[in-house]
Amino acid sequence: MAPDRRTSPARDAAGEEARPDDWAISVRGLVKRYGEIEAVAGVDFEVRRGELFGFLGPNGAGKTTTINVLCTLVRPTAGEARVGGYDVRTQRDEVRRTIGLVFQDTTLDGYLTGWQNLRFHAELYGVPRAAFEERARRLLEMVDLWDRRHDLVRTYSGGMMRRLEIVRGLLHTPAVLFLDEPTLGLDPQTRASIWDHVRELREREDVTIFFTTHYMDEAEGCDRIAIIDHGRIVALDTPAALKASVGKDRVQITTEDDARAIAALRERLGIEAGVHDGAITFSVAEGERFVPRLFAELGVPIRSVSVARPTLDDVFLAYTGRTIRDAEAEDPMRRMAAAWLGRRR
Amino acid sequence: MEVTRAREVAVARPGAAGLGRELRGVRVVLQRELIRFSQDRARILSSLLQPLMFLFILGTGLSSLVRGGGGLPEGLSLRTFFYPGVLAMSTMFTAVFSAGTLLWDREFGFLREMLVAPIRRSSILVGKAVGGAVVATLQGLLVLALAGLVDVPYRPGLLLALAGELFLLAFALTAMGLVIAVRLREMQTFFALTQMFLMPMFFLSGALYPLNGLPTWLRVLTRVDPLTYVVDPMRRAVFSALDLPAGVREAVAGGVTWGSRRVPTGVELALVAAFGVAFLVVAAVRFARTE
Repeated sequence: MAPDRRTSPARDAAGEEARPDDWAISVRGLVKRYGEIEAVAGVDFEVRRGELFGFLGPNGAGKTTTINVLCTLVRPTAGEARVGGYDVRTQRDEVRRTIGLVFQDTTLDGYLTGWQNLRFHAELYGVPRAAFEERARRLLEMVDLWDRRHDLVRTYSGGMMRRLEIVRGLLHTPAVLFLDEPTLGLDPQTRASIWDHVRELREREDVTIFFTTHYMDEAEGCDRIAIIDHGRIVALDTPAALKASVGKDRVQITTEDDARAIAALRERLGIEAGVHDGAITFSVAEGERFVPRLFAELGVPIRSVSVARPTLDDVFLAYTGRTIRDAEAEDPMRRMAAAWLGRRR
Repeated sequence: MEVTRAREVAVARPGAAGLGRELRGVRVVLQRELIRFSQDRARILSSLLQPLMFLFILGTGLSSLVRGGGGLPEGLSLRTFFYPGVLAMSTMFTAVFSAGTLLWDREFGFLREMLVAPIRRSSILVGKAVGGAVVATLQGLLVLALAGLVDVPYRPGLLLALAGELFLLAFALTAMGLVIAVRLREMQTFFALTQMFLMPMFFLSGALYPLNGLPTWLRVLTRVDPLTYVVDPMRRAVFSALDLPAGVREAVAGGVTWGSRRVPTGVELALVAAFGVAFLVVAAVRFARTE
């Protein structure tokens, strides 16, 4: 691959229209049907080179199907998808050499050592041996697995296996790394450390990262997010822009006299407030700018004020009409199946 | 607005597509089979047990029966007669079961790692088939090492010929196992299906009885069984190394006939190889259609 493509800068997500050759991924009218079920129902988006792009949605929303199409594992029913400029239908081999993959479920061989797993990968991808050893060493050192490289993978913890899989996904220097729910089933501390490693690797690697998650907090750190629900993208922008599009901040105050304060809010400021968690709560645009006015005009002594920006949970709620937890709960059979499968592993 | 990646990790890129990369893929899949086999001592020992039972328990037990009836010629024990068949058996079961590792790979996710790689699925299968064949041949070599215990001499030429024939047998049966394994998800189903094929194939192969002088129906069935064409050359190789009168050799290891014509060894072995390749092609076609 030409070196100029690797050094092309990651563009500001809110920046100008990207040219087609700046796209790491482009998807047009993508549809995937399984019999009657439309897993992906017409999806369009582009991911720019160097972006950390989050694909957010509840289980069964079409995230994994989309990834599988982009990775050439599943043929689309309709539409077009390009990865690294290559068509996923007609240039499978080129796409596969351009991407790295980390699946939801582990695809390591537990009876091989970490090093043997990496060597297997390098051989399958035809990576030159000398280059493999150097790169594998550097990557393993970065994720703190160098000392454990000769241990059988089945002796690794869940977090270690994930780190090894990420190293393996990056081993052949892909232009795009796909992470499908990379932290599923890990405890919060391990999740955080996986993301630290991903961010560090991204710093050094100049790689586009496309990941799916249904953890809202993980989506906060990415350049742009697409929210997918029932096989369609319902919103796509930077986390900040998405939150801004939801509009109002949430303000909570405590006062000397809550009843009088609520009345004053209604009469003097035209705001309907309620009481939640022992505090007067209401929504207002640009909450921080509203606070001085509140002190000036309320006429009731205020004890405390807190202003909360909308979270991605609020964004999800605004675009899909329900919270992501509600969306997950909609499908009890799937959850039972997932729990059962999880236990088996 | 150039972003500097000062500490970029040493770059290692995939090689160009082509035969070279496919062969590297085949080789590494094969190597993995060997590593996995060498770790599995229990499997090595347990698959050695069955041939040993046939050879020493059944072979010795039935000897008294044969001695009474006077069936076997002087100086030839039933154990020696069974030996080539048992050699084949020790290899065939290991071969088919090593094809079953494809199901474990599917179950534990590793198959996906192979399927998303930029190599052909058929290369993965070739690696599995050859790897399984090597593993099963190694298993057969353990039984081959026991030749002296059943009065078969350790002659380099004989041992080499037998090892080669074992490999051919192992390859054909691993490929057959792969035909079944590529579309399955359950290990239980795989074992049930392979047993269904393996037992009749083993009994019809002439591993436990001479092929001549059989009733017509059985005679036809034995000639249809691909295993027949590898057990027969093995038996003739073993018996040619023994010091026996020509008539005796003809009676117990007379070779396979089609009608009245004797099938040459070369044709027999070519047939087995052809079966193996055909199975592998069928497996590859079925594999390409899954997922």
